[in-house]
Amino acid sequence: MQIPVLKRAVAALFVAVVVSLASRPAMAIPAFARKYGLPCSACHEAWPKLNNFGQTFRDNGYQLGNDRDAPIYQNPSYFPSTVRITPQWHMENSGRTAVDAVPGNASSGLVESRNIRSSGFDLSGFDLWTAGTVSKNISFLVLPSADATAAFHFESFWVRFDNLLGTHWLNLKVGKHELDLPVSEKRELTLSNDGANYQVYHFAPGNPLLPLGNGQVNGFGLGNNQLGLELSGHSHNSYTRYAFSLVSNTDGQPNLPSSSGYDFYAHLSQAVELPHMGLQRFGVLGFRGVVPTYFQTANGAVISGSGAGDRSFYRAGAYGIWYLGKFDLSTVFMHGQDSAFLATGTPSTQVLPAGGRSATWNGGFAELHYNPNPQLVLVGRYELIRMAQQGFPLGTLLTNNHPLFARFGNIDNYVLGYRWYPIMISRGGLAWHQEYSWLRSLGTAPLSGLNVAGSSYMMGFDVAF
Amino acid sequence: MHNQLRFIIAAAALLAANAALAQDAKVGSLVGDVHQGQQVYRRYCIGCHGARGDGLGDNAPWVDPKPRDFTSATFKCRSTPTGTLPTDEDLFNTIGRGLHATAMPSWGALTKQQRINLVAYIKSFSPRFKEEKAGDPIPIPAESPATAESVHRGAELFQKMNCWSCHGKQGHGNGPSSVGLTDSKGFPITPYDFTSTSQFKCGEGSHDLYRAFMTGLDGTPMPSFADSLEPSAAWDLVHYVQTFGTSKGRVKPVPAGTIRASAPENRPSPADSKDKAKAGGGSEQQ
Ligand code: HEC
Ligand code: HEC
Repeated sequence: MQIPVLKRAVAALFVAVVVSLASRPAMAIPAFARKYGLPCSACHEAWPKLNNFGQTFRDNGYQLGNDRDAPIYQNPSYFPSTVRITPQWHMENSGRTAVDAVPGNASSGLVESRNIRSSGFDLSGFDLWTAGTVSKNISFLVLPSADATAAFHFESFWVRFDNLLGTHWLNLKVGKHELDLPVSEKRELTLSNDGANYQVYHFAPGNPLLPLGNGQVNGFGLGNNQLGLELSGHSHNSYTRYAFSLVSNTDGQPNLPSSSGYDFYAHLSQAVELPHMGLQRFGVLGFRGVVPTYFQTANGAVISGSGAGDRSFYRAGAYGIWYLGKFDLSTVFMHGQDSAFLATGTPSTQVLPAGGRSATWNGGFAELHYNPNPQLVLVGRYELIRMAQQGFPLGTLLTNNHPLFARFGNIDNYVLGYRWYPIMISRGGLAWHQEYSWLRSLGTAPLSGLNVAGSSYMMGFDVAF
Repeated sequence: MHNQLRFIIAAAALLAANAALAQDAKVGSLVGDVHQGQQVYRRYCIGCHGARGDGLGDNAPWVDPKPRDFTSATFKCRSTPTGTLPTDEDLFNTIGRGLHATAMPSWGALTKQQRINLVAYIKSFSPRFKEEKAGDPIPIPAESPATAESVHRGAELFQKMNCWSCHGKQGHGNGPSSVGLTDSKGFPITPYDFTSTSQFKCGEGSHDLYRAFMTGLDGTPMPSFADSLEPSAAWDLVHYVQTFGTSKGRVKPVPAGTIRASAPENRPSPADSKDKAKAGGGSEQQ
């Protein structure tokens, strides 16, 4: 009974992981540059990636500690909101895809196309936001974000009580917030469809599209903004940092769609300055979450928020960010496990399919930046995911009648690109962006069971004001 | 042959120019590099202090007080006597601390190496650093106990040394001489309002305060009192000035009227009325 479910899902299997979210806002806030009279490069290694000065500013609740922090600060050059959009040309190669043998004829049977290519001018999503201080030591951020068709959602909204009890070791954030990840996915330097996501932040071995019980989907991603509380703190210069989040298990969706379970995230890091090399940071992180395995229904229809039978999953990681003069290398390792019920899509009220067990995986990426001057950055990244244990016994037949094998679903991804910032002032930013990315998952072709390799190429202007 | 010679001369001249540019900076075991300093400067400082270090960066029109012009090598925060060049350590500390109540933030989040490189680069803007040596840091004798008596003596000195004429009797920075003050570049400047905060431009420790009036803030009307103040008297003043601040302070607040002058300021000034409004609203508004 479980097997057909698995089969149905195979076409989409793992693809969910690699489909990039239509609008994934990336953060850079020229409103702050205008407020403080600083160039983008003061806070960003290369925007939107923060440097330690920018990180410290953020950790302080968007306060620099000088005369301009006051929320009433006004200046003709200061326009307190920020917009960002990236008009672009891009080309997407899907890799092996199932298509009707006769286009338009659903009964003609499916065949596998080697590739579907599309290209053209396009828009990115659009961010419209404001952030700053409501009063001294109370900061906020509001970010409604639209996809390319201008459908808005709240990407992020929070208030933060800074420096509680007069110490920067205690700050409390309430609302929808970015988890304090080792390398921010909201401020990364890659934008293309296959290159914009860190796979380790979204991968779910338990098959993200597998309908659980009554259709619940475990679409959790560390990289998605989550709803809840964050307690964080940092040393004066942010060399030592910690963050602890307690969030609803809705993967950041408002309106309490799943169950009343809670997820926890913790991150601890330390930076040291090595002579003549720069700042080196290393840290550890962990996330433990739960997902309902079935829902209450009324006449068969799912009652939102009634999820039950929570089963857990966790992610654990360690990382280092290494600077050597104008080079820096981010190395992140992650290990993940989803419980057997999640990995096999079994409601907790039923027995596990024969041989069903938890699914585990290891993954990681290394991202190299070369930043010869504040106006240019070269980016290269290689990322991989390796299944350590499949949730179903090896040999289980998939929809395409190919047997499940140990490496099924492994992912390889590389990205190459550069950003050039001809305008680097304290009013706004303009970057010319060019990027190529390639992504392959093992054995996931819908019919042939071969590997699926797709790629994206994009170039465009990234504009933030 | 001729061309070759010309090339060699040009190359030698270039090297010499480079050597001249290689203004070093040292603090402890840290050694600054001018060229790397230039890179860091471009990233962080250029918008205010300008590509030439003349304080005329893109943002200078919107910044008040104005960003420092490094070409004149006049610095407020020094451990060295008035008129002399600051030490590398002075500049290093200033960059890490920032200048309170100005647009100049703390750059303490930069690495130490980046900061010492910046010191080296900032020094390259003025020929004075090539021609003169930094002054010798003034001696700072051990701090006397911050007793009520010391505060009391400080209060008297505040009167006697005419500090109040600029800083106001209640430390609001609105004394009679505060009107129309300008700095050495002709920009208007107001004496520090001691009551607004317990932070000062050149540091908040008692040693920093001691240094402020014993070295003066060069380029501003705030003179050096090194010639007229005994060290013990200077400590008394430190203790008194600290009672104005918003921090709970190391000295217990003294009852108004006994030590803090409670008489109204001698002469109303625009600064004065602003000040009153502030005082009227209670202790500390934003
Ligand atoms: C947003 C504008 C701004 C930026 C950016 C800025 N500064 Fe300043 N800086 C100022 C202002 C304004 C002053 C003068 C404050 C005063 O006179 O009280 C100043 C003063 C200084 C001084 C003189 C201190 C003294 O003792 O007189 C130094 C040194 C200095 N800045 C270094 C730097 C360095 C190094 C950077 C880059 C890392 C930098 N500044 C970036 C605005 C800025
Ligand atoms: C001629 C006017 C004048 C007199 C007299 C004067 N000051 Fe000042 N003082 C200033 C000005 C102007 C500033 C602000 C300089 C600046 O902001 O750059 C200042 C700043 C200060 C500061 C702040 C230093 C810092 O790090 O921010 C202290 C402390 C101070 N004065 C103490 C005194 C004491 C004590 C006396 C008397 C012994 C005194 N001043 C006399 C004009 C004066």
